[in-house]
Amino acid sequence: MIVETQSARFDSISLDCGAVLAPVEVAYETYGELNSARTNAILIEHAFSGDAHAAGISHDGGKPGWWDNMIGPGKAFDTNKYFVICANVLGGCKGTTGPQSINPATGAPYAMQFPVITMSDVVRLQKMLVEHLGITRLLSVAGGSMGGMQALEWAVAFPDAIASAIPIATTARHSAQQIAFNEVGRQAIMADLDWNQGNYYGTKPPARGLAVARMVGHITYMSDDSMREKFGRRFQDKDEALPDFSKVFEVESYLRYRGSQFVDRFDANSYLYITKAMDFFDIANGHGSLAAALERATARFLVLSFTSDWLYPTYQSLEIVSALRGRNRDVAFCELPSNYGHDAFLVDVGEQTELVRGFLASTLRSKP
Amino acid sequence: MSATEAARVGPFVHSVLGRRDYAIISGIVEPNTRVLDVGCGDGELLEWLAEHKGVDARGVEIIGSKVQRAIARGVSVYQGDIEQGFADYPDQAFDYVILSQTLQETRQPLKVLNEMLRVGRYAIVAFPNFGHWSVRWSHLWTGRAPKTKLFPHDWYDSPNIHFLTVHDFETLAAKEHWTVERGIFLAGNRQVSLMPNLLAETAVFLVHR
Repeated sequence: MIVETQSARFDSISLDCGAVLAPVEVAYETYGELNSARTNAILIEHAFSGDAHAAGISHDGGKPGWWDNMIGPGKAFDTNKYFVICANVLGGCKGTTGPQSINPATGAPYAMQFPVITMSDVVRLQKMLVEHLGITRLLSVAGGSMGGMQALEWAVAFPDAIASAIPIATTARHSAQQIAFNEVGRQAIMADLDWNQGNYYGTKPPARGLAVARMVGHITYMSDDSMREKFGRRFQDKDEALPDFSKVFEVESYLRYRGSQFVDRFDANSYLYITKAMDFFDIANGHGSLAAALERATARFLVLSFTSDWLYPTYQSLEIVSALRGRNRDVAFCELPSNYGHDAFLVDVGEQTELVRGFLASTLRSKP
Repeated sequence: MSATEAARVGPFVHSVLGRRDYAIISGIVEPNTRVLDVGCGDGELLEWLAEHKGVDARGVEIIGSKVQRAIARGVSVYQGDIEQGFADYPDQAFDYVILSQTLQETRQPLKVLNEMLRVGRYAIVAFPNFGHWSVRWSHLWTGRAPKTKLFPHDWYDSPNIHFLTVHDFETLAAKEHWTVERGIFLAGNRQVSLMPNLLAETAVFLVHR
């Protein structure tokens, strides 16, 4: 399946912070065919560093999508049955308007002049895209991590526009620990002199800061077990010479590699804006309580967490499930066994596939 | 004749999904109602009820692999402990709350039953009858914890921690002022009407407050 990222342009969007972005552009991809009744559309939400390229092989780089193991013919999100959409989030750096986009008022990149964004802004822009594609009601909105936050936001902000939601390895609001890890990443970027208050476009980007931020991120995505299994205490080179500061553990080398790789594909200012939007996110905002917010949601829910995910622990999924049950909403919940930590929703997809497949099929049966 | 009709007309009770208590339960549940099955296992009864009776089916199950199979077949099941499984639900959220072959495994059966009657209009409780003659005989004859076809476990690895009989349940219902709408008793595939406390292997009660 060779795919190409497309783009939609809208005149403007009003943001929660009071600012208006005009114009605004969204990068997206679609897979499968929309049926004539337009009842088989599923919106996939990407996690923090993802993009619109969720599945298939990109026509330019030949790169597989970030959830290619879940989306495609015969897969969990079966593109023989469903019309699947994925869009890059607002504030991103993969084709959707973000800090590196040109500010029409100045003719230069927005940089830190970009307005503060929230998950509800992100989802409102997606709603515009979905309507632009001629869809009034989605069969499902699904995503892991930050993608799960967007699925929750959809369920509360546009209850009539979705039949089901699949929030995976996510939370209704960040804990102090999650905010803390994000703040370490932000500080690493801002401490890099090359960041230059965000004005680095056209010059040297804050590569060291962004790489360190990504290294911290990667630690939180893995588990103690998965790191022990993958790296142990092995050194990069095998020689057993005396201790020497230049000797590098495999885990160090891996993190450095992932960090430097990230610099090539991600914008540091997007990192700041999107992590802040995640930290601001609280589904209870404007509703008084989690229960009051989720009372608005009429969708069926499939909530999933993973045993070794310590970044988005199961108790956070249970908070969501408990609030939904308290309002007698239709919710299925399972904590899946996995050693892969938070990354499980991306890499350990065997059981997740069965659950999503069954859940979508029964949603399609019960809510045409 | 469908299995549900069979369950209604007796005395020969066919099985639904290979289980006699399921045949009785599926005969009791009215179409298009809201049903919660607590300890629902793979969700096969719920799937059957959703498909054949159009019920809004929910389940609670503690074992992850069973929860997975239930969700994979499209049933909304929540992975959780039975004894805390009710806590979130509002009063009278369901028409029926089913507890099949599990009451004897719960630590606080009365609390479980009260919660069932709080969240549901009716409780459907199926349990193995410890008063069956084979159990009495086994206990009397061997002088040891009874082991029978119905209670096949050794005392040290049995999941059963409360041993109740048909009479025990009826006595509790009277004490708690529950109305026993129906009591259906089974031995093998046969419905028992005489001396159920002695002759029934399985009891299915439909009760409400």
